[in-house]
Amino acid sequence: MSTEAVSTATGLQNLTGVITLKLRTPSRLRNLELGLLLFAIAINAGSFVLVQFGVLGQVEPGMLTASFALAGLALAVHVALRISAPDADPLILPIATVLNGTGLAMIYRLDLAKGFEGWGAASVRQIVWTTLAILIATAVLVALRNYRVLQRFTYVAMFSAIVLLLLPLVPGLARTDDVAAKVWIDVAGFSFQPGEIAKIALGVFFAGYLVQHRDSLAVGGRKLLGMRLPRVRDLGPILLIWAAAMGVLVFQRDLGTSLLYFGLFLVMIYVATGRLSWVLLGLGLFLGGAIIASQTLVYVNSRFTVWLDAFNPQYADGDAYQLVQGIFGIAQGGMVGTGLGQGRPSIVPLAESDFIIASLGEELGLAGLFALLALYLLLVSRGFRIGFAGRDDFGRLLAVGLSFVVALQVFIVIGGVTRVIPLTGLTTPFLAAGGSSLIANWIIAAILLRLSDSVRNQPRLVVGP
Amino acid sequence: MNKELRRVSVIVLAMFLALFGSTTVISAIEADNLAAQSNNRRVVLDSYSAQRGAILVEGTPIAYSEPSDDVYRFQRIYSEGEKYSGVTGYFTLNQGSTGLEGSLNQQLSGTANSQFFDQLNAIITGQEPTGASIATTLDAEAQQAAWDAMQGYEGAVVAIEPSTGRILALVSTPGFDPNPLASHITSEVIERYTALDEARPSPLQNRAYGGGQYSPGSTFKIIMTAAALENGYAPDSQFENPATLTLPGTNTQINNPVVGQCSGGGDTVSMATALNLSCNIPYAELAQDLGVDTVADMAEAFGFNSSTQIPMTSTPSRYPRDIDEAQLMLTAFGMSSVRVNALQNAMVVAAVANDGVLMQPTLVDSVIAADLSVLDEFQASELGRPITSATASTLNDMLVDGVSNGAAGGARIDGVAVGGKTGTGENGPGEPFNLWFSGFAPAEDPQVAVSVIVGDGGGRGQQLSGNALAAPIARQVMEAVLNQ
Repeated sequence: MSTEAVSTATGLQNLTGVITLKLRTPSRLRNLELGLLLFAIAINAGSFVLVQFGVLGQVEPGMLTASFALAGLALAVHVALRISAPDADPLILPIATVLNGTGLAMIYRLDLAKGFEGWGAASVRQIVWTTLAILIATAVLVALRNYRVLQRFTYVAMFSAIVLLLLPLVPGLARTDDVAAKVWIDVAGFSFQPGEIAKIALGVFFAGYLVQHRDSLAVGGRKLLGMRLPRVRDLGPILLIWAAAMGVLVFQRDLGTSLLYFGLFLVMIYVATGRLSWVLLGLGLFLGGAIIASQTLVYVNSRFTVWLDAFNPQYADGDAYQLVQGIFGIAQGGMVGTGLGQGRPSIVPLAESDFIIASLGEELGLAGLFALLALYLLLVSRGFRIGFAGRDDFGRLLAVGLSFVVALQVFIVIGGVTRVIPLTGLTTPFLAAGGSSLIANWIIAAILLRLSDSVRNQPRLVVGP
Repeated sequence: MNKELRRVSVIVLAMFLALFGSTTVISAIEADNLAAQSNNRRVVLDSYSAQRGAILVEGTPIAYSEPSDDVYRFQRIYSEGEKYSGVTGYFTLNQGSTGLEGSLNQQLSGTANSQFFDQLNAIITGQEPTGASIATTLDAEAQQAAWDAMQGYEGAVVAIEPSTGRILALVSTPGFDPNPLASHITSEVIERYTALDEARPSPLQNRAYGGGQYSPGSTFKIIMTAAALENGYAPDSQFENPATLTLPGTNTQINNPVVGQCSGGGDTVSMATALNLSCNIPYAELAQDLGVDTVADMAEAFGFNSSTQIPMTSTPSRYPRDIDEAQLMLTAFGMSSVRVNALQNAMVVAAVANDGVLMQPTLVDSVIAADLSVLDEFQASELGRPITSATASTLNDMLVDGVSNGAAGGARIDGVAVGGKTGTGENGPGEPFNLWFSGFAPAEDPQVAVSVIVGDGGGRGQQLSGNALAAPIARQVMEAVLNQ
């Protein structure tokens, strides 16, 4: 063998060394994800078995397939990630899977208690929605190879958000039955909350708009009380969003969604411009509007009374019945809960959607609630991590916006159920029964996965052997 | 951007901490309070899923559960329902629970924290969970005597063992039968409940410790005398003795019970004589001298203006502080806005009989688990020392004198020194009197302190006095305790 050949061999070895390093890092992430995912799948299967033992006293293979279906779908996403986003965050998918599965098990448990079967059972519909949601999320993940294209659709996103928000007010689409908040539409027999999808469109719009205009928005105007106010001509967007939020509040009678959109906007504008004055201005506007609304709109007013005085016998069996019974349920659960299938969560109206957290609190106890809250916190922190470490501002802003919207929604729902804030009708991300919410949150998970992939991509390990 | 992001992270963390906090408050800190709420359906249903413990009097169950064939699985039965209705209360599916059934629901249904390991054991072994039984402090004969004596009258009797605070008898009349209220058919429960709720006098009102309160009449003079003795007065302290007294700032004239001067004459009269003959005018003068704060402080030292747990929460007896001088003078003999229930008045004489030490009154002797292990055992505990031992001893003598030679002769028992005070509370012109007696026996070593209230003038308007009607009832209860 000549020296030349040796040096070529060394060169080749160097080259392959680089390649193995490159490949090993992402696959280590994916392997970690696979491990966690299998753990999540085991937890979900365990929940289903426990529900069946708790309610039926035996295992019925029929509905167990639901948990296998979810497991299969999650593994499919995992494979898609290995191919299309190998550097993506390894925690997001297992967290979404275990939350979705826990919710599914609880919804199934409530169906068993109420004797619902087939298409009338919320759990069966939830499985279909889960399938749809994960397929859509996978499509988003694969199609959105380069998330930066989203920035081009800033204004398209704005218009879609507005259209989605207005849909429930269109006659013929609006759900006609007597639901307090007019946020639903009926399409071909399916109920859908377009507002859930709108929050993603809004996140994209805010991120795109703020990245473009942050410099002019950050320029100060007059000083007042030691704080530099924004210029009057820059007030346009905040007033527009405020009007939209108030519109949701007044016309769709939905305090929670209104708070969600506005909170999302405030956080994103603050992160983009670094100006506290925007936040204070916005909070002032929103609180002002909310106070006027609580004085003039009967339903907002009653939400506040019920919140402050829930255990007053005057309300406890009336307007506050759901809230009070939900709290009784959580209290009944105590530290470790009654065990799946052993409590009485079905006493609470809407135990499978708005109050699923009370149902879980009753049967899984404080320990279970803490675990769920910790999972949400972890999910949000993974999103924020992209915000800290991302390379381009659009991606960072989008990641922060989408994770914050999850955090805020969790806070509004669970805070409402546990009387930290007035109760409003929002869904608990991934857990609650409801297709629009599932689809929206799985899309958020997909976008976060895509964004995190780019973060991991930047400091490539190209160190020699 | 990272600085802002860090701040937002802190806000997100704060939001989650709020949720960690709120869930902890609900499931850990407030859980017991929430479980005690009467509209908590889970607790009601849970209390049916286990065999509920019994309530025992001297080992005999007065309330117990037997298996039934319906979804609730156990039927509650009260063996002597009416007689003990003031103690057991009722236990219903949809109208909440009262009495021991309500206040000890967690123990009876086996969900109390002290039964945690039993619950765990029941879960692991798959055995049926069973609630704990409550052994009461009641004396069956005293309760029977009180119940018999109160037949036909509206009112209450509470008898306490002064040295321990054990409640020996607790009767509220009219009583009610809790059995129909324990029905598993909710419409029957509601029908029966509504009928009881609308009946007058209301059987659902507990006159022994609850909201059915009465003006104490002259029994309040015990507290007045205690306040006087603690503030430098002696039994022979003299008071002016007019035939009538006009209250300051009003045209209202007050009289002694026997109209005219106390003790038939004399320029002055001693406190001992005034108590013995239950004269009002000297006590009005005493109240004026002592002032509202001294009187109110003494009343509160005996338990007024606060509730106590027996373990049912009592309605506080009221002695108002925001009263003028004329009202203060009226309160001296239990008029104006003083309101008392039988439990409070029994606590007053029990403290006098126990050397001035007020013991926490209770109905619970022990809580016994299904396996007969004792979960919780009665321990005498001191609630306070409203008066000194010397004051108690002097007051004891004065009250004995009232029964043996004075206005409370109706409570005399042959061969036993009985101490006591009658009261005839007025409710306004033409309205029936409240007839009271509070006392204890035997005076040298009191075994029982008892308070009797007969409302509605015993059905005879203004014709009867506390001595004529209430004192003999108290005597029968005391005899029942002492004859054992």
